[in-house]
Amino acid sequence: MRGMVLRRLAMLVPLVLFVVTLTFVVVQAAPGSYADTIDNPRLSPETRELIRARYGLDRPPLEQYLSWLGAVLTGDLGVSFLYKEPVSRVLTRALPPTLLLAGTALLLDLVLGLALALAAARRPFGWADRITTLLSLGLYGIPSFWLAGIFILVFSLILGWFPASHMHSVGADGLFDLLHHLALPALCLGLVGAAGTARYLRSTLLDVRASRWMLAARARGLPRWRLLLVHALRPALLPVVTLLGLSLPILVSGSVVIETVFSWPGMGLVAYNAARARDIPLILGATLVSAIAVILGNLAADLLYAVVDPRVRRAR
Amino acid sequence: MKAPRRLVVGSGGLTLLVLACLIGPVLLPDAGDGDPRHAALLPPGTRVTVLELADGRTLVSPKVSRDAEMISVHGKRGTTVVPLDEVASERETRLWLGSDRFGRDLLPRLLRGGRISLAIAFLGVAVALFVGVGVGLAAATGGRVADALLMRLVDALLAFPLLILLMLVAALFRPGPALLVAILGLSSWMGLARIVRGQVLSLRSRTFIQAAQVAGTRPLRIWTLHYIPNLRGPLAQDTALRIGDLVLAEATLSFLGLGIPPNLPSWGSMIADGQRVMLDGWWLSVFPGLAIAALVISLALIGDGLQQIGEGSG
Repeated sequence: MRGMVLRRLAMLVPLVLFVVTLTFVVVQAAPGSYADTIDNPRLSPETRELIRARYGLDRPPLEQYLSWLGAVLTGDLGVSFLYKEPVSRVLTRALPPTLLLAGTALLLDLVLGLALALAAARRPFGWADRITTLLSLGLYGIPSFWLAGIFILVFSLILGWFPASHMHSVGADGLFDLLHHLALPALCLGLVGAAGTARYLRSTLLDVRASRWMLAARARGLPRWRLLLVHALRPALLPVVTLLGLSLPILVSGSVVIETVFSWPGMGLVAYNAARARDIPLILGATLVSAIAVILGNLAADLLYAVVDPRVRRAR
Repeated sequence: MKAPRRLVVGSGGLTLLVLACLIGPVLLPDAGDGDPRHAALLPPGTRVTVLELADGRTLVSPKVSRDAEMISVHGKRGTTVVPLDEVASERETRLWLGSDRFGRDLLPRLLRGGRISLAIAFLGVAVALFVGVGVGLAAATGGRVADALLMRLVDALLAFPLLILLMLVAALFRPGPALLVAILGLSSWMGLARIVRGQVLSLRSRTFIQAAQVAGTRPLRIWTLHYIPNLRGPLAQDTALRIGDLVLAEATLSFLGLGIPPNLPSWGSMIADGQRVMLDGWWLSVFPGLAIAALVISLALIGDGLQQIGEGSG
């Protein structure tokens, strides 16, 4: 067990190196640079050249890469071209909003997904199951940005119940104001996630129902709710643990689409802005964080799985 | 064996959508380039009169009045009066899905946009299938070193934050349709490679394949007779779901303004355009979204149905 963790952690470094190197190559291979994205027609070509030199973009790519890498090893992620401040500060500022939004959405996703799946699995192919299946299938096919648009139209523009964007109203920073802004984006993300969770959990619940220990439990005359909530749910929750681990990256790197639509100042919006502005240090910094999150998330999923499932633990 | 109902419904939906996008724009009466003066932002179901003038202009309006020698075309932004003898043809039609800011009929535009969304998703999956099956086969049959190297590559690529990668490439290269197909395909073959490798490895140890080998069957025959039929099911199921994923991915990129250029509107960019005038014309973003949902759900049903068949026979 410990050997597995150490081996996986040792793989972290080459994997992350691979991801950031590939990212750097992609950014370098693209035509143009940060200097070309500044939207100011009065900038002369000479000035743009000066800006390129100012940000060290005129140096050979390999030199840029090595100096960036050297700085990263000492914990320095460089300075963002776009925000004109250290990348680490931009990222640490964007992380809490993303954690808040993605965390709320994940909670909603799990609670709602679990409730829907239980309602469906109580009586397979009954009316509750049919409604849940339809609902989760519908939500699965809907693009999240489209749902966000509908939510903004209905709840914000027509009904005026919730604000359509940003995290705070101007001049307000109370908790209520924050929750008020959080509602729509969290609901969007959570609903789309819940559809997937419910679909997945329903099928594992149905698999478990067909198992021998369920038959044995039913033969012992246990009440229905106990069968479903205790004997079927526990083994069926195993894959959900994997889902949880796999959603760690979204928790950290944020949903680009939802954050962009709702102007939520998180990691996804930062990554989007960085990509559009060719802000190399920020792109690399955001990719670095996301890659680490993906790898650790996978590892966490496998570890959690071993913790909750004795069969896996013994097999290793 | 009876086909699962999901498979039937899903295939039906997919066929209907594909046919509508392919032949719909040909069958529908062409409403011209639109009439921004008289027909902008008309709600779904509006009856309009289409007037083609002798000088080549086309006027579209829900309200037309006439007297002995003049015809008046009314619209939100004013009225145009045309002498009757300048009207080359006149017909009535219905804007089933409404019209956009430029007075263009949404329905044919939606169907044409669907051609682009469908083409990109299908071609992207073709690329993914090609690379994924190739890599999976190479890993399963190419010896231990090749297997280890290729599977580490798959792991590493799966560690890549996918949407950020797509967004990055799209933002940096402003891709045309061909490049978009390439990057969508190249970013989604890893799962397929894993499936192919796993299937081949597990099939290899099954008795019917070993029996064939012992009986001296030529390798090519073992592949066509035993491996490929057993690979088909899992691949088809994954492919169906993957096409849906790519439809959503392309729509997302187009929505973010990073997809294919605006002169080729796909469903994603139509939603983005429509959301800018949401209060004046909800239908402009709602219908493309429903189209995407119908397509992705059809594909998901096909995937589910194929899975049921696979479980039934295996």
